Amino acid sequence: MRAPLRLGTELSEGQVLELAAGDVVYLTGRLYTMRDQAHIKALQLLRSGTGLPFDLKGGTIYHCGPLMRGDTVVSAGPTTSMRMERSEPEVIARTGLRAIVGKGGMGQKTAEALVKNKAVYMEYPGGVGALAARASGKVKRVFWRELGDPEAVWEIPVKDFGPCFVTMDAHGGLMRAKRQ
Amino acid sequence: MKQGDLVEAIRVLETDLPGDVEASLRRCEAEEEGNAKAVLSAILENVRYARENGIPMCQDTGTLIFFVSGAPDASRVYEVIEGALIRATEEVPLRPNTVSPLSRENEGRNLGRGNPIVHFERAGKADGRVEIGIMAKGAGSENVSRSYMLDPDQGADMVRRAVLDAVKAAGPKPCPPIVVGVGIGGNLEWSGYLAKRALMRRLDCESDDRQAAQLEREILSDVNALGIGPMGFGGKNTALKVNVEMGHCHTASLPVTVNIQCWALRRVVAEWQGGKFRVCR
Repeated sequence: MRAPLRLGTELSEGQVLELAAGDVVYLTGRLYTMRDQAHIKALQLLRSGTGLPFDLKGGTIYHCGPLMRGDTVVSAGPTTSMRMERSEPEVIARTGLRAIVGKGGMGQKTAEALVKNKAVYMEYPGGVGALAARASGKVKRVFWRELGDPEAVWEIPVKDFGPCFVTMDAHGGLMRAKRQ
Repeated sequence: MKQGDLVEAIRVLETDLPGDVEASLRRCEAEEEGNAKAVLSAILENVRYARENGIPMCQDTGTLIFFVSGAPDASRVYEVIEGALIRATEEVPLRPNTVSPLSRENEGRNLGRGNPIVHFERAGKADGRVEIGIMAKGAGSENVSRSYMLDPDQGADMVRRAVLDAVKAAGPKPCPPIVVGVGIGGNLEWSGYLAKRALMRRLDCESDDRQAAQLEREILSDVNALGIGPMGFGGKNTALKVNVEMGHCHTASLPVTVNIQCWALRRVVAEWQGGKFRVCR
């Protein structure tokens, strides 16, 4: 296992290909929270040819429904990623995102989409919401508020957000499979 | 019983992990290595930071479940709880989690049809003491909980297998190390109530029923042999504790509910006696 890596939230194909399952990463940049309802809405818009009001190309989404007070992030740990398994492969392919942060791992379809589209999935420790908020700045942009606060897309500026554990890499490597 | 007291109890509930749970997590941290140890260190730092700064430890502040005993007037208690929940949502704050099941409409106050869930357990006590146990239950662990209607001849062995089946299927999803609440007996909904009540019991004591206590030990060892480990990263500690509650059931039934709880086991008991209020853990 190598030393923790410090990366931005906008990644090149080359940067993604250098990551391997088991790596520990600290992220600085901006995360777009996207969970259940935002995945559904994003796919509706993308399929109909309407773009998204935020650009995910090369970017990082976060499976998270933050606890907010105004523009302040109060607590913001990850939600269970597996619920997004049905829509994630298409979201990856249609947006060109490079990284997903969540928890609990994802399934075979997402693993294949990560390899095909050169992206990674990493996990932030579940329930560690207060520390996640400590690494977050004020939120200036929020989208789809009508979905309810937990389901809206919050653009969260983050600094040294981690530890994030790469558990599914762009080469088909799985951290959980390694130990079995 | 004042609304403000209850808001304070909810603030403690969300920001201050009970000491027995934290001690158990600390023991796990000492036993694990690699990334499994690293996530436990992050969890423990988060627990400390949340407590010191009065911040909810997890963004999923859950839906709150109330266990009321000793209150003479149920409808008045319900009103106080509703008022406290609206205030706590603003003041603690709590994430507005309560939505209509199919439209997914969110009123933003953690209220809605049939919510919050309040169990009225016993009528007034002779000493005038009123207790409200409160649990904050997140969806990550509730979503992987399961009920089983077993046949009576399947007995304790099948109960063990049922719990193992549920924990195995849950895998990393409920944020392990988990606590497993097992409700045995009653009927369909009562086994669920018993399982949830089991999660209100401290982790440093066994059931006072000999058979239930034995099951708690056996199931814990079964579960930890799965090797799921902290956050599913592999390791010795998949569960911190198994708590079993039992109740009598129909002669033809053996209902079992497995209620899984994430590491962030948030429980408090608000207590009023002789005009004095305190929060017990």
